[in-house]
Amino acid sequence: MAMKMVLRGNMATAYAAKLARVEVIPAYPITPSTLFPEKISEFVANGELKCQFIKCESEHSAMSACIGASATGARVATATSSQGLALMHEVVFIAAGLRLPIVMAIGNRALSAPINIWCDHQDTIAERDSGWLQFYAEKNQETLDLMLMAFKICEDHRVLLPGMVGMDAFVLTHTMECVDIPEQEEVDRFLPPYKPVYKLDVNNPMTFGAFSSPDNYMEFRYAVHMAMESAVKVIDEVFEEFEKKFGRNYQRVVPFMVEDAEVILVTIGSMTGTAREAVRLLRSKGKKVGLLKITTLRPFPKDLLKKYLKDAKVVVVLERNISLGFGGAVYPEIAAVFANAARRPKIYDFIIGLGGRDIVVEDIVKVYEIAMDALKAKKAEMVEWIGVRKDEIEVIK
Amino acid sequence: MKITIGATVTEAGSSVRNKTGGWRNMRPVTDLAKCKRCGICIIVCPDAVISMKTREEGPKTDYDYCKGCGICANECPFKAIEMQQEER
Amino acid sequence: MYEIRFHGRGGQGAVTAANALAVAAAMEGMYVQAFPVFGVERRGAPVAAFVRIDEKEIDIRSQIYNPDIVVVLDMTLLGAVNVTAGLKKGGILIFNTKKKPGEFSYPDFKVATVDATEIAVRNGLGTQTNPIVNTAILGAYARAVGNVKLESIIEAVKQESPVKKDENAKAVKDAFENTVKGW
Repeated sequence: MAMKMVLRGNMATAYAAKLARVEVIPAYPITPSTLFPEKISEFVANGELKCQFIKCESEHSAMSACIGASATGARVATATSSQGLALMHEVVFIAAGLRLPIVMAIGNRALSAPINIWCDHQDTIAERDSGWLQFYAEKNQETLDLMLMAFKICEDHRVLLPGMVGMDAFVLTHTMECVDIPEQEEVDRFLPPYKPVYKLDVNNPMTFGAFSSPDNYMEFRYAVHMAMESAVKVIDEVFEEFEKKFGRNYQRVVPFMVEDAEVILVTIGSMTGTAREAVRLLRSKGKKVGLLKITTLRPFPKDLLKKYLKDAKVVVVLERNISLGFGGAVYPEIAAVFANAARRPKIYDFIIGLGGRDIVVEDIVKVYEIAMDALKAKKAEMVEWIGVRKDEIEVIK
Repeated sequence: MKITIGATVTEAGSSVRNKTGGWRNMRPVTDLAKCKRCGICIIVCPDAVISMKTREEGPKTDYDYCKGCGICANECPFKAIEMQQEER
Repeated sequence: MYEIRFHGRGGQGAVTAANALAVAAAMEGMYVQAFPVFGVERRGAPVAAFVRIDEKEIDIRSQIYNPDIVVVLDMTLLGAVNVTAGLKKGGILIFNTKKKPGEFSYPDFKVATVDATEIAVRNGLGTQTNPIVNTAILGAYARAVGNVKLESIIEAVKQESPVKKDENAKAVKDAFENTVKGW
């Protein structure tokens, strides 16, 4: 019988690491992910988790230790946020290139400057091209479930890539809500121990982190890309098996009221729930609105986005990130899905909730109205910032 | 070449197949009559290609891997090692 | 759905009170969310914490702007913070005070009072100058609101209190019995 607990998102990922019987956890604490190493050290001190908990001197060191530990064939996890992830950047790419299935919980937090500890997705979006799988949770149950599934997906020999599970700073990391904690035996049946293809072993010496010349670097990169492509199938399989075993449904892209929708909102993370409320409100007024939640941003769910969005008149992308000098980072990717399509929806981009600015139902309704006006005006493209007080910004002429 | 997972080199000692002696311009030649078998050349060789099995035999340079850097000749206290132009 | 806001000062345990209330409601099979005002914690500074309780799964993730219930742990906050901001008409205000509800003038709201400070001190929770009232105030919540049972709150308080579990449970019960409803 699964146990129901009221937990913060950070705690839920710590429980996931415990249930996954993670063997090495190197970590360096940073708000809003600090509760993860805190809870892990408690588990280890209490003897509830047999694991090497390494207190590192920086995030760069923490990820480096993750790489070393994972190369020995151990199951490895860590957690970080924002500047911490940015400091890891160099080694984040190495973890993927070395094909080490490390799983990292991320408390999605804005990047400096100005320094800000609250929620947006800029930190993980900045690591989008690193070769890590990216999952985003909407609620605390998903942080636990996705973390558990991430181990199984990442460790699959068709994938062998690291994965990040993003959860919104404070909105999930520090919010208590009901979470079903599965039984250890059930998790053990779902997630057998990690079997590495190659590992560091004094009795069978190998070289990890070897040099590669122009003559073969592209082949290695292509191999990582192919692994990312095969991850699509593996994710679907694991989501299906998870549902059979634990009864909770996961999809790379989750549709809500899209069947007859003329306008479809695309969201990532915790804003999805608030957007769902907004969709219900708009539906009650007869508006044909639907919602798509992206759970896996990498591998990018091209197939499902095409399937759900192709008949919409307008696709509204809501983004808690900004690629400065362009627009949101997800918007061009969704546009690319339809780049060569004969018939395509109008795609508009909205930047919202940066640095923890609260997203309320009224914001989403406003986004819908702006998008409808743009459609009427036949606007070809649009990147709109929601709720920005433009008149207060200092301009030097 | 096999493109392994993570560019892992799956066997130990495979670098012996890379015969770096081909990089050499100058060849160290040891005059065993001048050599006092002190072994300094063995210690200073950055590629560890000089070895000595017996005193009689004296130090031997493995030309498959010697890159001809000349450190041994420079360090030899008895000027027993001469750098000669490599001819191919 | 019920939306509740707790007002206290950093270190008084408003966040813990919100968490314990959520745990209690969850024990009764309700869906809950409990969260602080997201930010940097400072001892003595005014803080707020929020709880949502619903029979069905809670979708909304924004902060709470129009609570049904406001709980005030420290009456000195009334001069610093507008504790009734956004409180729905007919909403419940729970004060930690020696005064009776009739001594307040809030025509739009229902006022309930309890001397949680005296109850906390009597049960050995903190001192007269620094009483720990966050558990006692939940007894008043159980009495004034009635959507979460006293037994569940006692159980949750025991679970959430790192020390003095029995004393905290007793404070909840005492507060429940001594709460005065102004309606």
